[in-house]
Amino acid sequence: MRHIISLLVENESGALSRISGLFSARGYNIESLTVATTEDVTLSRMTIVTAGSDRVIEQINKQLNKLVDVVKLQDFTEGNFIEREMMFVKVKAQGEGQRSEIKRLSDIFRARIIDVTDTTFCIELTGSGDKLDAYINSLHETSVIEVVRSGSMGILRGEKALTL
Amino acid sequence: MELSGSEIIIQFLKDEGVEHLFGYPGGAVLHIYDALHNQKDVQHILVRHEQGATHAADGYARATGKPGVCLVTSGPGATNAVTGIATAYMDSIPLVVITGQVPSHAIGSDAFQEVDAVGITRACVKHNFLVKDLNKLAETLKKAFYVATSGRPGPVVVDIPKDITAPHIKIPYVYPKTVEMRSYNPNVKGHPRQMKRAVDLLLSAKRPMIYSGGGVIMSEASNELRKFVRKLGYPITQTLMGLGAFPGTDPQFIGMLGMHGTYESNMAMHDCDVLIAIGARFDDRITGVTSTFCPYAQVIHIDIDPASISKTINADIPIVGDVKDVLTAMNKLLDKPELPIDKPALEAWWNKIKSWQGQKSYEYETKSGLIQPQAAVEELYKVTGGDAFITSDVGQHQMFAAQFYPFDEPRRWINSGGLGTMGFGLPAAMGVKLAFPDKDVACVTGEGSIQMCIQELSTCLQYNTPVKIINLNNRYLGMVRQWQEFFYEKRYSHVYMDSLPDFVKLAEAYGHIGIRVDDPKDLHDAMKEAFALKDKTVFLDIITDQEANVYPMISSGKAHNEMDISPLQQKIQADMKARGETV
Ligand SMILES: Cc1ncc(C[n+]2csc(CCOP(=O)(O)OP(=O)(O)O)c2C)c(N)n1
Ligand SMILES: [Mg+2]
Repeated sequence: MRHIISLLVENESGALSRISGLFSARGYNIESLTVATTEDVTLSRMTIVTAGSDRVIEQINKQLNKLVDVVKLQDFTEGNFIEREMMFVKVKAQGEGQRSEIKRLSDIFRARIIDVTDTTFCIELTGSGDKLDAYINSLHETSVIEVVRSGSMGILRGEKALTL
Repeated sequence: MELSGSEIIIQFLKDEGVEHLFGYPGGAVLHIYDALHNQKDVQHILVRHEQGATHAADGYARATGKPGVCLVTSGPGATNAVTGIATAYMDSIPLVVITGQVPSHAIGSDAFQEVDAVGITRACVKHNFLVKDLNKLAETLKKAFYVATSGRPGPVVVDIPKDITAPHIKIPYVYPKTVEMRSYNPNVKGHPRQMKRAVDLLLSAKRPMIYSGGGVIMSEASNELRKFVRKLGYPITQTLMGLGAFPGTDPQFIGMLGMHGTYESNMAMHDCDVLIAIGARFDDRITGVTSTFCPYAQVIHIDIDPASISKTINADIPIVGDVKDVLTAMNKLLDKPELPIDKPALEAWWNKIKSWQGQKSYEYETKSGLIQPQAAVEELYKVTGGDAFITSDVGQHQMFAAQFYPFDEPRRWINSGGLGTMGFGLPAAMGVKLAFPDKDVACVTGEGSIQMCIQELSTCLQYNTPVKIINLNNRYLGMVRQWQEFFYEKRYSHVYMDSLPDFVKLAEAYGHIGIRVDDPKDLHDAMKEAFALKDKTVFLDIITDQEANVYPMISSGKAHNEMDISPLQQKIQADMKARGETV
């Protein structure tokens, strides 16, 4: 099953490689990993999306927790949380027909066109991974030039929070 | 007090109570070596290879319970130390390894003797640090000792760039007595309700088994374990790493378990209905195939490391906590004059175990004129009164030592169980002897393993660590040969050691005593002589039966009740069957 795990990590140079190294050394699957510092510069916030059997997921959580650089960790999957991913897509946009079709699609998906040339659009879209997939699928295969995805970030709903 | 980085390191080690430092100098640690000069508080042991330094520190740590400390230079010094660091990691041994590094400004430039020590060791340390700021040096060292020794112990590497140790830059130093790490809270106490449930389940058992491991030794819980086992009256088996926590000569101990454990232990594991694992991690050499492991048992698992619980074997009652605390609490729950134990069921269980014991799974055949390796270990036991520290290398000799030298005390049996590192034995023995100069220390080894760190014979002379090397010389990489005999139709591919050195002359060349025995009649006297030479390192080269095998054996894919047994046990079983007994 797919799991989304959120971590607070010491903002140390080795921390990221300890975590990615754990996944490769133990053969765990890693779908995406995002990381950036938080408002407290000594901490980084990381979101990892992974998949595995219940036993493997339990091990992943325990092994992550065991790393000395990991300050706090929560597997969001069981709880109530929001997940978002951001994507840039560069597409060919030539001729009125194609340009208006892309604009129409982007409206439906609430995507924003953030860069325009005579022949291309660059589109920004935020949403669940499924939504991003659906947007790409709705575009004509030959029109996609480049796709950049951030990987998922997650946050708990309501008053609960993953903080120190 | 204003000190340079180098002086801080040495002063810190003193303040931390470190008495022995195992090391080897080089460019990146020259400043530190200068600070080591002319001081007497920290004794530096100059090994002959950095692997020897890590193993010696490791042996010292296993024997004393204190952290072992090493100092090596950058580049090849650090890479040579890796095997020893990994060895300690697999067996959860507290080590602090200080590696020199090229100066901060040169890091990343492929400088002379630069390796990414933090990167290379990351996968085999509990944690590691690169010191980037002299002002954080003392605190980082304190963190290293704290992390290495607390929770589930393990090795910690501190990589120190040369500029941090420069003699002319001095800063105020105060010994950091304690350290706080928000991301590391190793102290966990067992959950009271889980412990109560565990005790209830244990008391309801009809065929209980206690299985304990190295965690009991790590947490100094030997007395608590003894009390627990004796109060219950249940059979106990111990892992290779756990030997001695419960006395090896106690009738409640039914032998080691696992790949080369006793017949009775493995059969009892297979048939038990309640299993309590105490400070043991269900390693694959213990479980064999997990699908057929303890098929009838409900499992209680006590471990300080949550990640060890339900990793390979699912625990019905997990208890996360320090073994000593948990057993103390459970002993309180058991502290009643009368326990509701099913006594007839327990008696029937013990009878079954005794009938398995009657098959004498360790018994070996003697051949005239040939020394059996098992007999050599038995002789070692006799001559040392069972009271020696025994280190070992890896192979058949290691298993024979574990099988035939019953340990009555913890920390006496010192071997590389997890990584199985040939070359461990001699430097480890040296480390033990430094810690316990008045005790007998012997290294049970093979002609293959001993050659992997033989250079430390030289260190033994320089620092006067008179250990006894019991070389079970079968002219083969015996354990590999055994597998080739069993599973590769005796195709002995590259396991014969031709052109062995004359170990007696070799020992003499290193300034020690060498004794060779090849006749069983001379074994006792030779062993006596070796130990009578109190202040000498003695290399006892025992020419043993080349064909001896370690029995019983659970081969891969087999269950605990499907052991390969010795030809002798097969005969015993056949006789039992003829008498109509069940086997
Ligand atoms: C560093 C290392 N290399 C290889 C092995 C694989 N190995 C395990 S036992 C063994 C044979 C050991 O031979 P010896 O020391 O003579 O002991 P014996 O089995 O003959 O008693 C080997 C090669 C190992 N454990 N460690
Ligand atoms: Mg051999």
